[in-house]
Amino acid sequence: MTALLARLAASRLFWPLVMLAVLLIIDVIAVPGFFSITVRDGNLYGSLIDILRNGAPTLIVAIGMTLVIATRGIDLSVGAVAAISGAVACSILLGSPDPGNPATVAVAIVVALLISLVLGVWNGFLVAVLGIQPIIATLILMTAGRGVAMLITEGQILTVTSPPFKALGSGFWFGIPIAVYIAAAVFAVAATLTRRTALGMMIEAVGINPEASRQAGIRARGLLFAVYTFSAVCAAVAGLILTANTMAADANNAALFIELDAILAVVIGGTSLAGGRYSLAGTLVGALVIQTLVTTVYTVGIPPIATMVFKAAVVTVVCLLQSPTTNQALASFRRSLAVRAGKGVASA
Amino acid sequence: MTDHTRPPAPDGAPEPVVEMTGISISFPGVKALDTVSFRMFPGEVHSLMGENGAGKSTLIKALTGVYQIDSGTIVLGGEEVSFHSTAQAQDAGISTVYQEVNLLPNLSVAENIMLGREPRRFGAIDTRRMRARAREVLAGLGLDVDPGSLLGAHSLAIQQLIAIARAINIDARVLILDEPTSSLDADEVAELFRIIRSLKEAGVAILFVSHFLDQVYEIADRLTVLRNGRLVGEYLTPDLLRIDLVQKMIGKEITTLDDLEQRVRESESDAGDPTVFLKARGIGRRGAVNPVDVTIHEGEVVGFAGLLGSGRTEVARLLGGIDRVDSGTLTVRDDGTRLRSPRQALSHRIAYSSENRRSEGIVDELTVRDNIILALQADRGWFRPIPKKRQDELAQSYIQALGIRPADADAVVRNLSGGNQQKVLLARWLAVAPRLLILDEPTRGIDIGAKAEIQKLVVSLAENGMSVVYISAELEEVLRLSHRVVVMRDRRKVADLANDDLTVDSLLALIAEGSDDADAVPDPTPATAEEPA
Repeated sequence: MTALLARLAASRLFWPLVMLAVLLIIDVIAVPGFFSITVRDGNLYGSLIDILRNGAPTLIVAIGMTLVIATRGIDLSVGAVAAISGAVACSILLGSPDPGNPATVAVAIVVALLISLVLGVWNGFLVAVLGIQPIIATLILMTAGRGVAMLITEGQILTVTSPPFKALGSGFWFGIPIAVYIAAAVFAVAATLTRRTALGMMIEAVGINPEASRQAGIRARGLLFAVYTFSAVCAAVAGLILTANTMAADANNAALFIELDAILAVVIGGTSLAGGRYSLAGTLVGALVIQTLVTTVYTVGIPPIATMVFKAAVVTVVCLLQSPTTNQALASFRRSLAVRAGKGVASA
Repeated sequence: MTDHTRPPAPDGAPEPVVEMTGISISFPGVKALDTVSFRMFPGEVHSLMGENGAGKSTLIKALTGVYQIDSGTIVLGGEEVSFHSTAQAQDAGISTVYQEVNLLPNLSVAENIMLGREPRRFGAIDTRRMRARAREVLAGLGLDVDPGSLLGAHSLAIQQLIAIARAINIDARVLILDEPTSSLDADEVAELFRIIRSLKEAGVAILFVSHFLDQVYEIADRLTVLRNGRLVGEYLTPDLLRIDLVQKMIGKEITTLDDLEQRVRESESDAGDPTVFLKARGIGRRGAVNPVDVTIHEGEVVGFAGLLGSGRTEVARLLGGIDRVDSGTLTVRDDGTRLRSPRQALSHRIAYSSENRRSEGIVDELTVRDNIILALQADRGWFRPIPKKRQDELAQSYIQALGIRPADADAVVRNLSGGNQQKVLLARWLAVAPRLLILDEPTRGIDIGAKAEIQKLVVSLAENGMSVVYISAELEEVLRLSHRVVVMRDRRKVADLANDDLTVDSLLALIAEGSDDADAVPDPTPATAEEPA
């Protein structure tokens, strides 16, 4: 039992999971029926389901972000890419005579994803070929991308009516929200692509020691193209879900600040911004922590104007718990407690 | 310590300004400094000599407060000191100018000189007084530089001199110049030496570190030689022949590996007419190495000898595709080649193992297994992963063959000792089954047992037909393993000899010989009496 606890405590997932549990306990104290899930028309409803569904876009973006960060990079353009993909899909649907036709919706989605592919290649080009620092390179698209989305929507908020498209955001399949399936699929694709092939190890190697990787014959350029492109496609998928939620493409506000939430999710999940070892499972927990946090704000009744401050406080706590300095301090505190209790101290 | 008696203090300055006694510093797995003593006199230029890993920079960092010493004392101007930061050392009058200028190129020359001690007026920086003071300092050095201009607008040489100006402005009693000349041309070096001499006259104690022997003999009054973290001795420059200095730096290792040498000799004698594996004609790279010719046969061990900065590593990097050549042709088995990347070299089955194990070799957060399969996997591409079972077999077989400890494929490489990290690296290159393996300082900084194992491995690899280029600062090692030795000096190839006729002494002579130096004739009876046992 203690051995299991020790292994759990040593895991990078320990503190994020504790945080998630604490938030959920706070919720269930504030609202005793928080964990209850009801079935209506064969579909599941409840706060936990909401967390999963509303957290899906952040999780999807964060999965792409994890791989980018593992290469020592960062992708600030994901919000803008999400906005562009929503704008593209909506304008295609609006321009078609029959927006409710599943085939039309499929075309809209495929075109939006293809455009995001191009945007990802653009980021990859700036970083891998021109050698621009990732934060600057993606800042270009972060600012320009919103403008591109504005051009596509011609400055309007495009609202569409298309039941098949709407299903992406609020539909159910076998009782579970479709957005959750999509997030699970993206997670599975990322995990399979990187951990079942050599890609993951190479991404980590390049992130940890680029020169050693080059001398070992790894082509970093192709890897960078791959991760930035994947990140952009993830952002586009998230953008489509968000757009389908509201059935409106808003170039200025769609997926606003999602890059920050995604980066937070990655960091909370234990992947270092310095690159190297990454954990997709950690990112999953991180995204859930962030979404649970937002939900908690509402259930506990914190006024919405204080939401950002509350969120910042929680993030600060998680980051403190993960910092090596705090961990050392905590460890020595535990040791001193153990000594006082007269117990032997197992060495680390 | 050594039984060598120290040379006398200079006339007129009997008390050293710096006196370090019995300094020891350990890092995990290695003793970087072992009871080293070192002193500096005011008005003297003192050169710290030694090859890579000798402990030069560790000693400097101990003096400047970067590292804390494990034992020993540092006395500065008669008082025992203990620095916990570079700022403290600086306040005590110890200034350092590093090889890489670490000033701020986007600030003005005056701001750089006065940084951290700007004259103030009503709390704000008094720019006029700052520039005036900077102008004084620059004039004192005879430098004609506008204090208001941006530092970055000047050449590296001028920046270096400005860094010195900054050091002087801090009222340095001790000025440390770490490889100050490596990016300067002859005129700039002359200018630097002029300034060093004027500082010397002003009574500053100057520590001058350079791997250019000519410069050391021109400027230094006194030498301290370190080897493998130990003090070899302190000498007055005029009393120490160049060849003796080199011998003290490189040293002679007491060895139990004579049987290896025997095996090398035997393999040589029964070799018929060996096939050429790689032929390089006039390959060079501007600023790194002048064009050289190198031929490497199959199953041959070619030693590259020379001092640090002689070009031995630079040539090896060209052969391994790490750096691109500017000139010349490279032929691998009758196939004309331009090696544009390590990847291309690997596809020709040429592997280069870097001398910088930490920064260019291991991927320290990954496991032993991942590090071993890295190059092999890179060659196979992203989507043809080596099956898990095969990875384990590979890792286990190399862990056993090379005696990697801990014998755990899942251990994170960061936690291994230097010697074991080196073995992991070797395993990585062996896993790609190279035809030519270039080993740059594979035994540096690792314990004697691991050294012997690596050397034995090299011999048996060559016996099985692999070509090896072997670089080491330890001449004994090079001579023991190589069939042929290429000697580099001043970025040129100066000799390419079969090993038969070579001895440590004749090799030392080739390495040390200065073009205008009569001292270079090998001394038939080198003064080894003062060597540590």
